[in-house]
Amino acid sequence: MAEKVSNKSVLLNPFSKNNPVIVQVLGICSVLAVTAKLEPSIVMGLSVIAVLAFSNVIISLLRNTIPTNIRIIVQLVVVAGLVVIVSQLLQAYAYDVSKQLSVFIGLIITNCILMGRLEAFAMANRPWPSFLDGIGNGIGYAIILVIVGFFRELLGSGTLLGYQVVPQACYDAGYVNNGLMILPPMALIVVACIIWVHRSRNKDLQED
Amino acid sequence: MNKQSNSYTILYIIVLVLVVGSALALTAMALKPRQQENADADKKRQILAAVHVTAEAGDITSTFDKYVTSQFVVDENGNRIADDAFAINVANESKIAADKRSLPVYVCTLPDNGETKYILPVYGAGLWGPIWGYVALDSDGSTIYGAYFAHQGETPGLGAEIEKPAFSDQFEGKQMFKGDRYLPVTVVKVGQKPLGDEDYVDAVSGGTITSKGVAAMLNDCLTPYQKFLETLRTK
Repeated sequence: MAEKVSNKSVLLNPFSKNNPVIVQVLGICSVLAVTAKLEPSIVMGLSVIAVLAFSNVIISLLRNTIPTNIRIIVQLVVVAGLVVIVSQLLQAYAYDVSKQLSVFIGLIITNCILMGRLEAFAMANRPWPSFLDGIGNGIGYAIILVIVGFFRELLGSGTLLGYQVVPQACYDAGYVNNGLMILPPMALIVVACIIWVHRSRNKDLQED
Repeated sequence: MNKQSNSYTILYIIVLVLVVGSALALTAMALKPRQQENADADKKRQILAAVHVTAEAGDITSTFDKYVTSQFVVDENGNRIADDAFAINVANESKIAADKRSLPVYVCTLPDNGETKYILPVYGAGLWGPIWGYVALDSDGSTIYGAYFAHQGETPGLGAEIEKPAFSDQFEGKQMFKGDRYLPVTVVKVGQKPLGDEDYVDAVSGGTITSKGVAAMLNDCLTPYQKFLETLRTK
């Protein structure tokens, strides 16, 4: 087995130095799709944290029983089951948000972060570190979602969580919401800006 | 025990699928009533939107009961055949022949002035998926009082604009009858006119197929109500 890593670094590394979105560049599709508003971004982030943590724990508990040649299928079944449960819960308790997120909750199944963590971490580690790894990577993903959602809703709609924050006086003075921020391409550009800032502050991550 | 053997693998996957399957079935059954409640409340919110009433999340049902004073189902001859309009699945009805459909009607009485509005559901196809809506008519059976449209996955910024008031508010005041002739409102490209002399609204720029879908939906779903609307006119 590779070198022993502390639980703390398992939890905290994915926040910045090993962030799944801006360093490993995984799960980009859902970042583009759900971040036009802040609220669906937060719910999507929480959903991914929950699914990732629990699927990591379940796979870690099962890791010594899973036959190697069907391990990907087993991982998929576990993830798909959890995602459907999350989707059902949202339909029951957060109907409006589940309507906004529509297919993207279902598409968590195909989120590369999940398969990546299950295959790379949960299959080789005990349940507790796997749980922390799931929480850490989920939060790392959610942070980026919330940052992107914040800027897109603020600049695109002038609101945050649906509340008007850009004062009417600005609109009277000729300020116009940037409609481009609502469209998917701007999510890519905002993510690129975050990567740019992140790399310039972490010189060791820069490629030659 | 050999964990790589075929029998172990098959047994493993059978047990896994049974466990996950029953977990999902339990969740679905436990949450079904709540989900149905949400879906019903959402439908009520949409019906109210056609008469320009916005209900807060918590009291949709009470607002609905206050405004919608009665509901019934008519057949294509305008005869009442049932009472529970809310239970009719308009999506399924729109797929069968026009003369066999059960046609829901929601009667809405506005508390401010006592006017009666008739809300009729419509359902059709856009570019990527289904589109639907509710059209509210005045008691003369011809003048459109308000309209609400929704969609499942039309292109944001283009076809999806049909759900915005900028599109649906255009329908206000349009006529379903010209003289004694039934001529449903249609949707045409900006700057164009329809071939007949029916009333029309401007299509969404760049949302041609969705706009045509709205026109086809209105024609397809409102025309079966023709006899019913004529009885309203002669009242």
